[in-house]
Amino acid sequence: MATLIIPTPLRKFTGGESIYTASASTVKELLVALYTSHDGIKKHLFDDEGELRSFIRVYLGDEDINELEGVDTKLEDRDEVSIIPAIAGGSK
Amino acid sequence: MSHQDITFSKEELERYSRHLIIPEFNIEGQRKLKASSVLVIGSGGLGSPLLLYLAAAGVGRIGIVDFDTVDASNLQRQVLFGVEDVGVSKAVAAEKRLASLNPHITIEVHDTMFTVDNARELVKQYDVVADGTDNFPTRYLVNDTCVLEDKVNVYASIFRFEGQASVFNELLADGTRGPNYRDLFPSPPPPGLVPSCAEGGVIGVLPGILGSIQALEVLKVISGVGDTLSGRLFLFDATAFSTRILKIRKNKNNPLNGENPTQTELINYDQFCGIGVPSEQLREVEEITVLDYDQWRKDGREHVLIDVREPYEYGIAEMGGTLIPLATVLESTDRIPKDIPVVVQCRSGSRSATAIRELEDTHGYTNLINLKGGILEWQEAVQPMLARY
Repeated sequence: MATLIIPTPLRKFTGGESIYTASASTVKELLVALYTSHDGIKKHLFDDEGELRSFIRVYLGDEDINELEGVDTKLEDRDEVSIIPAIAGGSK
Repeated sequence: MSHQDITFSKEELERYSRHLIIPEFNIEGQRKLKASSVLVIGSGGLGSPLLLYLAAAGVGRIGIVDFDTVDASNLQRQVLFGVEDVGVSKAVAAEKRLASLNPHITIEVHDTMFTVDNARELVKQYDVVADGTDNFPTRYLVNDTCVLEDKVNVYASIFRFEGQASVFNELLADGTRGPNYRDLFPSPPPPGLVPSCAEGGVIGVLPGILGSIQALEVLKVISGVGDTLSGRLFLFDATAFSTRILKIRKNKNNPLNGENPTQTELINYDQFCGIGVPSEQLREVEEITVLDYDQWRKDGREHVLIDVREPYEYGIAEMGGTLIPLATVLESTDRIPKDIPVVVQCRSGSRSATAIRELEDTHGYTNLINLKGGILEWQEAVQPMLARY
């Protein structure tokens, strides 16, 4: 099982859960498993062309998947994948 | 003046003695702080600890950019300010506090909004920039200005219980610049996708933690002591108390300094972030002003008021509506009549407009009217005793 860390802005789609686990052999399989089981989250991850949104990054461990094989990056059991969103708060 | 020429008075030596006795920092590090200048953009949640620590540590010249005034709802986390500052310009109140904290430094107040028109001129006057702003357009403006002016941008951002920090565009040993915000996030989310602190909330201590990390990184950038967060993104989740550090790589498609730069000047950042751009799919809904609605109530006109905010917002202030949170309106049509006028209300009028569009599209409502400006406008114009949030 691979673990996916859900950032705060997306937790409203996961019932507040910060961790999602599924058996998946690639990053894409893991993200698809997430959005097929959680309504509303897909458009926050992928654009209409199926590309990852420009305001999120996906990491395997501490490395950006773009430095690996993108969403086709292979996953092993107990790998940790993170979705990192752009957030802007700070002043108000 | 080069930092070697910097001297200290007896008072300063005593004040900074805990720095001076750190072997790696010593008087050399303190000289560099005194010789340096930092521009802090935003003196709110992040800016408060940032400014306090930079001033206390002895950064020689500190600029503060903020156009806002202190609001009572700021005091939960903006520890620069006290009750007596409510209603006062933040930059001016900050200057007063910092001057009493350290009389040996210079504070420069820029009581203005940080905009495309003044950004480069302001940033030029300082060695390092610290970004304590609260919205995407200003964050991209700060980043791009720093890249164009070859300045380091010490970054932090927060949302509810989660924080991020990094050091962008730092001059590296090989003469190149480290990654910047555009390498991490080439473009921002569309408006409404990620709520601001004003809408999403933030736990009071979190900006204190992230702003302190920013202050620490500023001191490291200036003194050259230790390894900064350049090329790394620090993440903190306060709910789980988990911290992570991820790598940030340079993106060859970065429009500012990638392989084929396409942007050599500042741009319209509101437009870049999709703000103020009329959206075709968002059609207009029928509206009523708070004054007209107040008259309806005085006249005893038959209607129903639906409040589509969340229960925790209702607990802060309400105007007598039936609470049906936006996410549940479509399942709650048995509580929303079709035969008499229904006024729909939220905090500022945006969620209620969404609720109306959804109800019209899926259930054929034709009697829904949006309360323009929401409960905020109602509080301002009709019922001042309600709490604002």
